[in-house]
Amino acid sequence: MPSNIPINPATLSIKDLPWRILWDQNKCTLCGQCTAVCPVHAIELGIFRKRTVDASWGKDAKPASTMQVVYGIRQKTDPALACVGCATCTLVCPNDAIMPARSDEADKLRFHRDRGGQARNRGGRRNVPGTVLDQIKFIRISMLTDPALDAGRHEFEIRTLLGRILPPEDNLAFISQNGWIPPVREIYPLMIGGMSFGALSPNMWEGLQMGVSYLNEELSMPVRICTGEGGCPPRLLRSRFLKYVILQIASGYFGWDEIIHALPDMKEDPCAIEIKYGQGAKPGDGGLLMWYKVNKLIAAIRGVPHGVNLPSPPTHQTQYSIEESVAKMIQSMCMAWGFRVPVYPKISATSTAMAVLNNLTRNPFAGGLAIDGEDGGTGAAYNVSMNHMGHPIAANIRDAYLNLVKIGKQNELPLMAGGGIGKSGNLAANAAALIMLGASAVQIGKYIMQAAAGCVGSESDRCNICNIGQCPKGITSQDPRLYRRLDPEAVAQRVVDVFLSFDTELKKIIAPLGRSTSLPIGMSDALGINDYHVADRLKIQYVV
Amino acid sequence: MCRLFAITSDEPLSPMTALEALDVMREGHDGSGVGLFLRDLGGPFEEMKDAPILSGIFTEKGLKRLDAYMMNIGFMTKYKLSIKVPKIPPPGVPKRDIYLIRAYEYPEEWDSLTEEQRYGRLVDIRLELRRMGEAEEDMIVFSFWPDVIMIKEIGDPLQIASHLKLDRKDLKARIIMAQGRQNTNYAINLYACHPFFLQGFSTMTNGENTAFIPIREYLQSRGFPGYTGYQSDSEVFTHILHYTIVKLGLGLEGYKHVITPLKDGDIATHPSSRLLQQLKQSCRRLIIDGPNCVIGSLPNHSLFMVQDRKKLRPGAVGGRPGKFAFSSEICGLDAAIPDRDKNRDFQPMHLDTVIVAPNRQEITLCRQTSPLTPLH
Repeated sequence: MPSNIPINPATLSIKDLPWRILWDQNKCTLCGQCTAVCPVHAIELGIFRKRTVDASWGKDAKPASTMQVVYGIRQKTDPALACVGCATCTLVCPNDAIMPARSDEADKLRFHRDRGGQARNRGGRRNVPGTVLDQIKFIRISMLTDPALDAGRHEFEIRTLLGRILPPEDNLAFISQNGWIPPVREIYPLMIGGMSFGALSPNMWEGLQMGVSYLNEELSMPVRICTGEGGCPPRLLRSRFLKYVILQIASGYFGWDEIIHALPDMKEDPCAIEIKYGQGAKPGDGGLLMWYKVNKLIAAIRGVPHGVNLPSPPTHQTQYSIEESVAKMIQSMCMAWGFRVPVYPKISATSTAMAVLNNLTRNPFAGGLAIDGEDGGTGAAYNVSMNHMGHPIAANIRDAYLNLVKIGKQNELPLMAGGGIGKSGNLAANAAALIMLGASAVQIGKYIMQAAAGCVGSESDRCNICNIGQCPKGITSQDPRLYRRLDPEAVAQRVVDVFLSFDTELKKIIAPLGRSTSLPIGMSDALGINDYHVADRLKIQYVV
Repeated sequence: MCRLFAITSDEPLSPMTALEALDVMREGHDGSGVGLFLRDLGGPFEEMKDAPILSGIFTEKGLKRLDAYMMNIGFMTKYKLSIKVPKIPPPGVPKRDIYLIRAYEYPEEWDSLTEEQRYGRLVDIRLELRRMGEAEEDMIVFSFWPDVIMIKEIGDPLQIASHLKLDRKDLKARIIMAQGRQNTNYAINLYACHPFFLQGFSTMTNGENTAFIPIREYLQSRGFPGYTGYQSDSEVFTHILHYTIVKLGLGLEGYKHVITPLKDGDIATHPSSRLLQQLKQSCRRLIIDGPNCVIGSLPNHSLFMVQDRKKLRPGAVGGRPGKFAFSSEICGLDAAIPDRDKNRDFQPMHLDTVIVAPNRQEITLCRQTSPLTPLH
């Protein structure tokens, strides 16, 4: 480094970055694909001057040196252009000549990601790998009286209920008196949670919808998918496939003009309406679609001008309090579909969740409660919200379930758990643990992006650039040059693969427990963990 | 594995009939305990059908506490059956002071109570005695109900019978249920021994209920004090039966629809499909999971057997007008009713509920796919 190089506080070396590009000159063909494909422009063509010294040995020979120009890859160190480790360069390199490698110590970049006073924004989820759900074991193996079941050949009823279920006494009375019986959907307990059209690319959305339709119509698995807050394409609203879709309304009401206008043309009722009050990844914060992703199509579906940031407010602005909001919005949504569609709120996991839950138990129109834990993902949020805000899902869902048991409404108000399920790849085990802790169903988002579309984002801060619309896999981009990389048919096929393998694994868990005739909701005697305090907190067995 | 035997007969029978039938099935049970349920009593109890009978095991101290308690609430002893036991019990049988079977006279102030109030208070008294007994470990109370006697003990059934001298003139009943094994799923405790009893409903089960914990939580949260205990996963079968008939007002045929509902495809083609679909949803937390054969007795003196739709546990029925029996094995039927037409024996299958009505003339088979009696 020349002694007079200008240094400012944010001048970093490659060593200070979280990811370092390793490049092999011997293998590189200088094709330039890596520099062209890099979503954050972290690398560029580098022109290096190289001197070769020739120390000759002859009597009359004199040492000489030659100068040479070498072409290669140069990694930028500007904090705005730091490598995110997505390895798309590796993916496109014909000769495997390039690869990002993680720095051997904590990066210094983190201290400089606030240029212009802009706190860091990103996509993905909390940058902490693993979850307590991974440590839960299924310990009640039927060994004596009832031998374990054959997961491959026995008959299993893996279904759950979404919607308000009446107490048996009222139910029988209402049948004979012709009273109003709230709508209840019998669905598959693994749902695809809300990811909006806008956050996801059109190809990704289409792929998910096709996969879900195939599961329903060809494989008789009643899998449901939530739209997220971004409206719903008009053709889907007017198709028979709407019955597999849960429409989400959130504080920005994006897309609801279109939905309301489509009401008279709907051939089918949607599966349910989810009112989003909170999201586990950024609790207490609203949705955020950055202007780069608001193209004409997105703008039309959402009913907004294109090219503007779309921050949803943290709360529903037309309401005064959560109690009022919950009551009024549930009622309005119920009325919009003639009380034929279950309506339930989704909140972020929080120590105040019980207040919401107790409120819902007194509202006969509430069709459930979805709770989204701190490990949930998002397309865009402040780093601080993602990493530090929120409540783990396990204790929250357990408290909610036991609260319902205490008041005897555990069958009446289904709980849905979300947030980090399958974070370490253990989808079925995490889902089964949550169901046995008391969830009626589980919602996944990030997992399906990883499994069905190859999202490379991780909890060790890899990629996580969903917010800028440059997703290297085309999952969260609105740029046709990027999202055409993703084949919707291939996504659909992967969705089907994921659900079929999940189904097999879930059976492999519940069959040895002797369960097959109903989903083992709240079967806490089957759970154990080798952490005394966690066992005590979740009221499950401590096993070592 | 448990072995079960139940018999209903026009003529009062000694409990030995059932215990001997259990004994011929001894290859199938481990002889670790016995539970007996007697109803529609003969002998001296014939004359006092309305008097509540307390059945249980007491220490000397416990008996004194019982007497003081019962006296205090105005119950007077009407008749007692004294079981004097030898000082040394057979191997494996705990030493007990008193096996109590005592009929009481209702207090005068109960005369003005409705039947429902009276039955509610009988449960409260039984539960209070149970709590008192558990605190001091001096009383074990099995039932407190008119025309019902229950005896339970740990040990070999026939040895216990001879120890307690059950082959006696004054102990006879027209309905007898017997089970030959101490529950081993949970702690060894007489409250875990089948049959179980609540407000006139009694069941015993061969099998395992893997959905026990969520069902227990659901029953306990119904707000009825009788839904308690649960030392055994099978106790919930009795309480679900009580809930189905008393709280929901459904008939016995509804019981099977609650504990093992039909598959959705079968419900869709059922004449009562709407009711059954709703019932499957609203009673979802009462769906049992596991192979079970449930045998039970109703307050109206019907005897029934319900098979699990998931996997079967052995259960055969047979008999002749006036005398029918349910048994885990055919050899049990042979021992108790040798003079029946064996060609008419059969084993209920996964959709079946079998009922012998109080007149004991025939066996009625309710198939789950058959129409239900309309709701009132």
